[in-house]
Amino acid sequence: MFEYAPAPESRSVVELDSSYGLFIDGAFEAAKDGATFKTVNPATEEVLAEVATAGPEDVDRAVAAARHAYGAWSALPGAERAKYLFRIARIIQERSRELAVLESLDNGKPIKESRDVDLPLVAAHFFYYAGWADKLPYAGFGPDPKPIGVAAQVIPWNFPLLMLAWKVAPALATGNTVVLKPAETTPLSALFFADVCRQAELPPGVVNIVTGAGDTGAYLVAHPDVDKVAFTGSTEVGREIARTVAGTGKRLTLELGGKAANIVFDDAPLDQAVEGIVNGIFFNQGHVCCAGSRLLVQENIAEELLASLKRRMDTLRVGDPLDKNTDIGAINSAAQLARITELSEIGAAEGAERWSPACQLPERGFWFAPTIFTGVTQAHRIAREEIFGPVLSVLTFRTPAEAVEKANNTPYGLSAGIWSEKGSRILAVADKLRAGVVWANTFNKFDPASPFGGYKESGYGREGGRHGLEAYLA
Amino acid sequence: MTVTAPIGLSDLRSFLHGLPGVDKVGVEARAAALGTRSVKAGSKAKAIDLAIRMVDLTTLEGADTPGKVRALCAKGRHPDPGDPSCPPVAAICVYPAMAGVAHAALAGSGVHLASVATAFPSGQAPLEVRLADTRAAVEAGADEIDMVISRGAFLAGDYTRVFEEIVAVKQACGSAHLKVILETGELATYDNVRRASWLAMLAGADFIKTSTGKVAVNATLPITLVMLEAVRDFRERHGRQIGVKPAGGIKNTKDAIKYLVLINETAGDDWLDPAWFRFGASSLLNDLLMQRTKLTTGHYSGPDYFTLD
Repeated sequence: MFEYAPAPESRSVVELDSSYGLFIDGAFEAAKDGATFKTVNPATEEVLAEVATAGPEDVDRAVAAARHAYGAWSALPGAERAKYLFRIARIIQERSRELAVLESLDNGKPIKESRDVDLPLVAAHFFYYAGWADKLPYAGFGPDPKPIGVAAQVIPWNFPLLMLAWKVAPALATGNTVVLKPAETTPLSALFFADVCRQAELPPGVVNIVTGAGDTGAYLVAHPDVDKVAFTGSTEVGREIARTVAGTGKRLTLELGGKAANIVFDDAPLDQAVEGIVNGIFFNQGHVCCAGSRLLVQENIAEELLASLKRRMDTLRVGDPLDKNTDIGAINSAAQLARITELSEIGAAEGAERWSPACQLPERGFWFAPTIFTGVTQAHRIAREEIFGPVLSVLTFRTPAEAVEKANNTPYGLSAGIWSEKGSRILAVADKLRAGVVWANTFNKFDPASPFGGYKESGYGREGGRHGLEAYLA
Repeated sequence: MTVTAPIGLSDLRSFLHGLPGVDKVGVEARAAALGTRSVKAGSKAKAIDLAIRMVDLTTLEGADTPGKVRALCAKGRHPDPGDPSCPPVAAICVYPAMAGVAHAALAGSGVHLASVATAFPSGQAPLEVRLADTRAAVEAGADEIDMVISRGAFLAGDYTRVFEEIVAVKQACGSAHLKVILETGELATYDNVRRASWLAMLAGADFIKTSTGKVAVNATLPITLVMLEAVRDFRERHGRQIGVKPAGGIKNTKDAIKYLVLINETAGDDWLDPAWFRFGASSLLNDLLMQRTKLTTGHYSGPDYFTLD
């Protein structure tokens, strides 16, 4: 195999300050009590910046700013709100190289993903919902749908800017104002987005960003002056939020965990199925709620498919996220690495066979080699619990009915994949899968026009598409 | 793919139709993704030299003359006359009528002589004529024969006929290497490309080649990817390694490097060798030379610094 020389994307396109404040009412300010936390580059453990920790008083101010801005913002004609969103979308496109490098620095994901997937989708989301802003009476939610008010939005660290876009774009298009809390390990792109809002001359208070950890988020969603809560993250935290919000009259959407089945039938296009399996579980280091973390392969082709999969995994390039040829970047945090490591050890202890390609991991930073477990059964913890890392559990099935039964035999229901050249089989199986998204002969394909969301413990409500408007309209 | 026994002619159809399908969206996405690999600095220099060594420098025009062919042969032997470290190309590819001239011009150079044959490019001549065409090229000194399959017979489902014709041409080749042109642009689907690849390999092809360069769609990355998967799987099952030659439409260094990346991450480095991979091209060579000079000297030279042949 011929080696590719290092091809690093330049860091110099991003100018980082040493510290960042909270973005409240159109201006950056320190936390009232001066508390801060550090955000690190997970690929090197280098501290990137200090970021303010929002306490209760800061969140109060942010919610008040959003409340104050709500009147004028919600009264704007949709076409006027659309102009701001289009402007934001264009600025994101103009600054996409800078934002992509920033995202890779703070998150650890490979630059080719932040460049080719995250940023284009972020811009596309703003463009898409900008288009809806003046057409809300025709969206199917009544002749004169109204915004809800102030939305509290808490997002995860796996797609920091994209999850922000999923939350902010529909909220703004429908006339709501927002207070958004990014994850504590990846706060930077949200703060750069605050700068994009200023550049777009978005009225102060329409978007507020409060950074911090779980406490900040808990205080925000519990805030009495918040009308709508949107959360993407773990099922455990989602449950807590549902308890907090219960009985308050606040509207709630949750997008939580998953343990998706990627089902490969014996009549599948095998080479493309292997690509789909790799993309399904190793895309973004497996830090994907809809990751195809359970491979269900028809037993009569299992051996052949696994041989192809292993051969393909041998070519995966793990390392420097800023290298344009890197396929798999760094694990986002020490805590997440510990969880992946622990569940993988449990998998091996439970008797599943563990395999990783030979790959040299960098010494500093948080890294985990792409891993598959074969001989996994439904009774194994690695077949039931979300690992949220580059770890694939391989199970086999004999008949379509068994595939459906195993695929649905999970508390989650976010996504699923079906691989077959037989159209009738795809339709029949998709019909029986209890998952919010079912991909056929592809995986991890996203589009702003397509609604996304879960069944069962994967959450409720839909984001994206016309459906995504509903959560922000009364 | 589970059959390991040699294929009987009567099983050919069920075997070819039993090959796993190719998902168009998936294979095109994979090829495009590999196309984003960034090959720089030292690896680019190595890739360029390898690509030069893989070129089948081609002229297939009605206007070809002995003078033109001799000039091309000279170019193939010393692509960059001012730089002795520049390697020669793999082969010169001409019509059978020009094979004799080329043979003389290439004598002692180590550059192979490929001749298209079998009523290239359509293949629409009686088998006897096509075999005679092949023999004539070999007698004139060609050590590689680029034949075309009967696309009409393939599309009509007459796999046996296509198979037998390849066997017959292979026989007519004697010790010359046989490259089988599938003319993928006329086969239209990736499923057909995969089936035709297997058909040609089972019939004894030494190389499978995408195109004549004479139809609307010639070599593309996804088509070549499907063919690389075919040779990889064929060797795994039958133990025999087959070469791949994309031809037509590969015009610059950037494209050529994408093909090398495709080999690197699909069939593997056993195919990163002129014995197992060729570019059928004419204008590609000068762009490779220009990029090569740029890497050595740090600046671009104008096109007039590279010979036109």
